[in-house]
Amino acid sequence: MESLNEIKRDTFSALLLQGKRSDGRAMYDYRKINVQPSILQNAEGASLVSIGRSQVMAGIKFDIAKPYADRPTEGVLSTSADLLPLASHLFETGPPSAESIELARVVDRGIRSANIVDLSSFSIDEEKVLALYIDLYILDHDGNLIDTAALAAMSALSSARMPKIEAGKIIRGEFTGKLPVKEKVVTCTFGKLGAKSFLDPSLDEEKGMDCRLTIATTPTHMCAAQKGGWGTVTEKDLAEFLDISMEKGNELRALIRG
Amino acid sequence: MGGSAEKPALFTNGKRVDGRGVEDLRPLKIVARVLNDAEGSAYVEWGKNKILAGIYGPRECIPRHDQSLYRAIVKCRYGMAPFSGAEEHGRSGPNRRSKEISKVIKEAFENVVISENFPKTEISIFVEVLQSDGGTRCAAVTAAAVALADAGIPMKDLISAVAVCKIDGQIAVDPGKEEDNFGESDMPIAFSPRTGEILLFQMDGLLTKEELARGLELARNASAKIREVQVAAIRKVYEEPKEERFLIID
Repeated sequence: MESLNEIKRDTFSALLLQGKRSDGRAMYDYRKINVQPSILQNAEGASLVSIGRSQVMAGIKFDIAKPYADRPTEGVLSTSADLLPLASHLFETGPPSAESIELARVVDRGIRSANIVDLSSFSIDEEKVLALYIDLYILDHDGNLIDTAALAAMSALSSARMPKIEAGKIIRGEFTGKLPVKEKVVTCTFGKLGAKSFLDPSLDEEKGMDCRLTIATTPTHMCAAQKGGWGTVTEKDLAEFLDISMEKGNELRALIRG
Repeated sequence: MGGSAEKPALFTNGKRVDGRGVEDLRPLKIVARVLNDAEGSAYVEWGKNKILAGIYGPRECIPRHDQSLYRAIVKCRYGMAPFSGAEEHGRSGPNRRSKEISKVIKEAFENVVISENFPKTEISIFVEVLQSDGGTRCAAVTAAAVALADAGIPMKDLISAVAVCKIDGQIAVDPGKEEDNFGESDMPIAFSPRTGEILLFQMDGLLTKEELARGLELARNASAKIREVQVAAIRKVYEEPKEERFLIID
């Protein structure tokens, strides 16, 4: 198996260096994307997104929490990711890996810095605020989990409902309307191998590439970014990736209903 | 559970809270092979439960001190998504409840997996509760059995599990969440359909000997119905072969 993987990796890498991809895609094309919003009833919001054979479920839950001491009137936003062992032979049970923490934090930063959820409206009284939990459940891993998870998170937020609150408590199963979301944040992740760059790396491409770069965008701005891996990107790469992210970002945003 | 809330009437005029009779199962849907990387997988919707099972193995058993020279080791991890419940946000990671459930599920499958064929390996069963509605462990066993069959793991039997409960003095099969929370007794059971023997058995609450016998009878009848749905799900994988598999939730 290991030698087969090495042959595959070398073959796909050789193709990439010629500007070709193993599945016949153009360098800046996504694989097939599917978005299923509002798939759960117990969660206040949920979505299941696939990009290629990668599948990620995002669930939204509200709770009552104590505010942070330095932001006494602001709600709490918390994002976590589980790389479930059923999603990949590469994932193991145990405490969260660095990869899962990075994944959750990149998705979180995009949503947080674009300020698309108004946390100041989450204040209930002096000691209570609403906490919004985004849980990213990785179900099937075939590469580019960041874009898959970010799209699932955004779709779940866009379909989420605001819980009814009475006497400082959440009345479960009753809602006051939709969660207001100002804009849609999506991410575009690029791979680099040598001088070649490409969008939406599959798992086989991820294994051989030098590094990746993720850019989160709103319709008007970039709002978060993350480089991963030992390789390097140039200033020219960044400018090019940002242009493509703005264009492809609109295509991703169009897939989000609600 | 819902101890503080008022207990509703659970059985009136021969009907249960959701309108079922005592022998009726909640709606059950099973789809096999919904994941691509896992070697076998299954998705089960049972009432409002939404459960995903994935299988890896037989593969090298790690750590090596867990290995057996004579057979495959069966491992199981049952977990609940933090967003799966109707109440507050859950903690991710194993807890006392999920570890116990993982253990009893693993032991049920240790009996039916033909593990002697694969010495020094492990067969891993991973079950994730995406939405819970009472009876998640039974749905987990039912999903895991289909996923194991999908993975091509040789088994002596295709097993399933179902619970019986006592509601307002009546014995009934497949308790929903309210019946689970407020009923007088809960008894999850997994049978081996081939031999009729019991592979998983838990119980709490108060039952008489007669009520136990009635419960077992109801569970046995229900298991036969569940098995039909399981077999149909596995058959469908081969009737409609596909390159890529996706989890579709409607």
